[in-house]
Amino acid sequence: MKITSNWLKEHLDTKLDENQIIEKLTDVGLEVESVEKQGGELDDFIVAKILKAEKHPNADKLRVCDVDIGKENPVKVVCGAPNAKEGLFTIYAPPGSVIPKNQMKLVVSKIRGVSSYGMLCSESELKLSDESDGITELSSNDFKDKIGENYFPKKNSNVIDISITPNRADCLGVRGIARDLAAAGSGKLKDLKENKLKKDGKQTVSVKIENEDNQACTIFGSCLIKGVKNIESPDWLKEKIISIGQKPISAIVDITNYVMFDLNRPLHAYDVEKIDKGIIVRNSKKNETFTALDNKEYKLDEGMCVISDASGVLGLGGIIGGTRSGTELDTKNVLIESAYFLPRSIRKSSKILNIDTDAKFRFERGIDPLSIEQGLKKASNLIQEICGGKVSEFDIQKIEKYENESLEFNPAMFEKITGIKIEKDEMTKILNDLGFVIKENKKNLQLKIPTWRPDISQEVDVVEELIRIKGYEQIELIEPQKVRQKETLNKKQKLFHFLQRAVASKGYLEAITWSFTDSKINQLFLEKNKEIKIVNPISSDLDVLRSSIFSNLIINLNKNLDRGFKDLSIFEIGPTFLGKKPGEQQTVIGGLKSGKIFRQSWLEKERLVDVFDAKSDVIKSLVEAGYDKENLYYDTETPSYYHPGKSGRVFLNKGKEKVVAYFGDIHPNVLKKLDIKIEALVGFEIFLDNIKQPKKSLKDQKTKHKFSDFQKSERDFAFILDKNFQVQELIEIISNVDKNLIKSVKVFDVYDGKNIPENKKSIALNVTIQSSEKTLNEDDLNKINQTIITAVESKLDAKIRS
Amino acid sequence: MSDIKKIKDEYFLKLSKELDINQINQIKTDLFGKNGLVSSQFKQLGKIAEDERKKFASELNNVKDELQKLIVSKIEEIEIKEINQKLEKEKVDITLPERPFADGKIHPVSQVIDEISSIFSEIGFSVEEGPDVENEYNNFTALNTPDNHPARDMHDTFYLDEKKELLLRTHTSPVQIRTMLNDKPPFKIIAPGRTYRSDSDQTHAPMFHQVEGLHIDKDINMGHLKGCLNYFIKEFFEVDKIKMRFRPSHFPFTEPSAEVDIGYEIKDGKIIIGEGNKWLEILGCGMVHPNVLKNVNVDPGEFQGYAFGIGIDRLAMLKYGINDLRAFFDCDYRWLNQFGFDPIDVPSSYRGLSR
Repeated sequence: MKITSNWLKEHLDTKLDENQIIEKLTDVGLEVESVEKQGGELDDFIVAKILKAEKHPNADKLRVCDVDIGKENPVKVVCGAPNAKEGLFTIYAPPGSVIPKNQMKLVVSKIRGVSSYGMLCSESELKLSDESDGITELSSNDFKDKIGENYFPKKNSNVIDISITPNRADCLGVRGIARDLAAAGSGKLKDLKENKLKKDGKQTVSVKIENEDNQACTIFGSCLIKGVKNIESPDWLKEKIISIGQKPISAIVDITNYVMFDLNRPLHAYDVEKIDKGIIVRNSKKNETFTALDNKEYKLDEGMCVISDASGVLGLGGIIGGTRSGTELDTKNVLIESAYFLPRSIRKSSKILNIDTDAKFRFERGIDPLSIEQGLKKASNLIQEICGGKVSEFDIQKIEKYENESLEFNPAMFEKITGIKIEKDEMTKILNDLGFVIKENKKNLQLKIPTWRPDISQEVDVVEELIRIKGYEQIELIEPQKVRQKETLNKKQKLFHFLQRAVASKGYLEAITWSFTDSKINQLFLEKNKEIKIVNPISSDLDVLRSSIFSNLIINLNKNLDRGFKDLSIFEIGPTFLGKKPGEQQTVIGGLKSGKIFRQSWLEKERLVDVFDAKSDVIKSLVEAGYDKENLYYDTETPSYYHPGKSGRVFLNKGKEKVVAYFGDIHPNVLKKLDIKIEALVGFEIFLDNIKQPKKSLKDQKTKHKFSDFQKSERDFAFILDKNFQVQELIEIISNVDKNLIKSVKVFDVYDGKNIPENKKSIALNVTIQSSEKTLNEDDLNKINQTIITAVESKLDAKIRS
Repeated sequence: MSDIKKIKDEYFLKLSKELDINQINQIKTDLFGKNGLVSSQFKQLGKIAEDERKKFASELNNVKDELQKLIVSKIEEIEIKEINQKLEKEKVDITLPERPFADGKIHPVSQVIDEISSIFSEIGFSVEEGPDVENEYNNFTALNTPDNHPARDMHDTFYLDEKKELLLRTHTSPVQIRTMLNDKPPFKIIAPGRTYRSDSDQTHAPMFHQVEGLHIDKDINMGHLKGCLNYFIKEFFEVDKIKMRFRPSHFPFTEPSAEVDIGYEIKDGKIIIGEGNKWLEILGCGMVHPNVLKNVNVDPGEFQGYAFGIGIDRLAMLKYGINDLRAFFDCDYRWLNQFGFDPIDVPSSYRGLSR
């Protein structure tokens, strides 16, 4: 909502200057978004007279003019306008000024060899009108004494742009803003000037509000003004309209707009000659069409509130008028509409049709239903004053009666909510100033809510009014107490933090990417999940919720590869989506690692990243989060975006309850489809929701510290096994031979090839054996050796390698 | 002069010279070998008169100990010297690069969430979460924003179905609803998380982060709200003094509502929080609307309190001098490296939020 302090002062008797007003506006909740110097750029434009206009020596269509700008010597201006001739009074823009239309800054320039000092302006260049054929022509009578003066009157008033919150419909008019300021002690709200209006005869255009279900128009007030001369608005009105960023059109339209911005009372003007018989306010029929004032044709749904006549729809009530019945400069008889429409209906129709107008913006927030006559009065008065004509009596059709709502307010509520006290006198003064009517009733206040405040219905609303006007700075700060009754994080949240930092500490950079992604890429990681489409995506490549962290991460990894990086490690922790219902999501860590380890190192041999790098990062992170490495269990069933032979699944234990993680090489086909060019790419996913929380906390998990000081022995074994055999089982069998004695089993070699039968491999292990009771002698050790060999050979198709 | 003394003097002299290990071994044999000088003296012990024997033996033992000690120290000396000589040749250029190590980073948004959680933890808030996909009811209706409410226009919403019943939450406020529906008052929670709105330009991203705060108890008023936010802002920006301004505003789910500005100034191109006379809007808050409490079966006659919502990304930008919101989600390796935090740098109240 744009206002100027001059306009504001028409309603507010105040001693405050503009800066104080601006501060006060913000204090009462009318946030000033910007203050723009009004017409500042127009201060440069000067009334001038062309003394001489000669043809340009090098161009047929240009003239070189000597222009009197009130200085001692005339200036030379090159001008292309056909009407630039000797004796013409016009508007001159000196070098350095900025042309309002195109924001071009003028400089002294040579035009076809002749220097031009400034410019003579057309009306359109100055945004005065659309007239662009030729320079502005000023009347010599009016301007002969004004050469060298500013064309535009200097203005002290800035345009103040206020962000009006949706609850404050009343402040969408200057008067409402003035009322708030008056209540806040910034002045006195002036009484509305009421010129005497002489009414002649009845309003003869018939108006009928159809009594239908869901009739959104509950009051339709109108008056007829006959014999008007619709002209351009007088300067004061044009200026007003321009000052708040609107475009003057004609007196009648400008007047209806002026009343809307002044009193927050939208009006509409019809050319009576174009109304077929009479006005009928009704619900639209399906597929009815009309052309609106924005020159677009709209096809209506059933049940939208329309103003119509015998031939069809004239306009959408409270939203936009139609071209068919619009007023024009030759309009003789005008019908002014001042109506009330239900906010809900306005909002619904305008949403469906996607129309946003000043009227719609106001009606959907709630217009004062008791302002019908006030609007008609002010508008018809002005029309009569500017355009002449005879004003009829007002015709008010209504299907509902409106009066002030009542509310009982307990003054103690104020202190209860705000923590501070307010005197009763101050309370009643603020409320009175805001338009409440107060009746004291024992300890409570009996309030009549002003009809322009549809936002007030409960006691807290009144509290807000009071504290807002009194000032939020009055609220006394209460220091918070440092008391904690509940743990800040639950176990799951702690796990999130542990794993997040654990993964990062493995050298991964944490990224945050959108929760939505490109369906074409997501497809690669979708597996059996459902695709979750966004109905109104921000762009076609962000059209689905991601099924995997990889969907976005891999694209971003690739962008970094394009930046010339090769050896990258990035991860993200966040939601992936399994369904479109709330809660059908998982928290997942996805990590990607590309390129080489020790690339071009002087120290180490470089190698490609591989599946065991990914595995190491996953396992170490799990261990850091408190899970026992020895219990982890693996198999090879992994999603199709992993390399089928070089990827694995992790479970917390052999029970394989829930997949805790995947790790492995990313499938080469995925790289191909995404055009990712890098020597190697591995990845992992950790599913936080599948990680079972240990029942015991760490303090209870720590058992008594036991260790053995007896000598430990190491024995090496090599078994020949099936090539596809997984070493996990071998280790398990050996460990289970004697859990007390076998302290660790380490794989130190995997070999196939020479000396090993085809489809077999050799696995060499180092076993540490230690008793907690004695030093084992050779006999004991041999016995264990033998048990290990027997156990392995009997349970597996394996042979000890001799 | 006794033989013993002679041996001693002679070999002390020998051992005082520069010797190699072979020469020392030779001396060892000369003295203590089977027929060594010292060994031979011991053999004579029996032949010595009884009254002299004790003295002789003691003298001999002393000399033996002294010589042995000297020899051991001499050997040690040589060994150390040899090692030192060997090390002379083992010198490496330690200015060569170390074995490469990977340097991981935590995203500034995650870091700031941890900072925020740490601050609110001190004054008794616990962390709650909610789903990113919400239903229309939790996101709007329960928050006193019915379908026809113009406030909905301020939230450009992503929908997941044509009926507009499922959506990506436009703020973290639905976590208030979920928390209060699932439990009984009092409530004292914060809820950080992802939020979504379908606009995108230089200063808006379609996804961003918010932290919601909610404190409901029997007598929580606007003074508590002011105190809580003042504490938070001061702690978060790690300054002693903060200039804060509460401005009346409107949110459907709070009444009265306020927006909070903090004072700042620009010094040498850097933003300084807490000084100066410019105002920066950083959050919205208010007293939870009685309609919201009714919607979650909390009696507004008995319980009341405040709620607030803060943009996390913006806080991160202000605190750490990041000037482009879009860069947060671009995953540029260089950016992540520059603005990311070391994973061991866990914000905590006792050690300080940031280094």
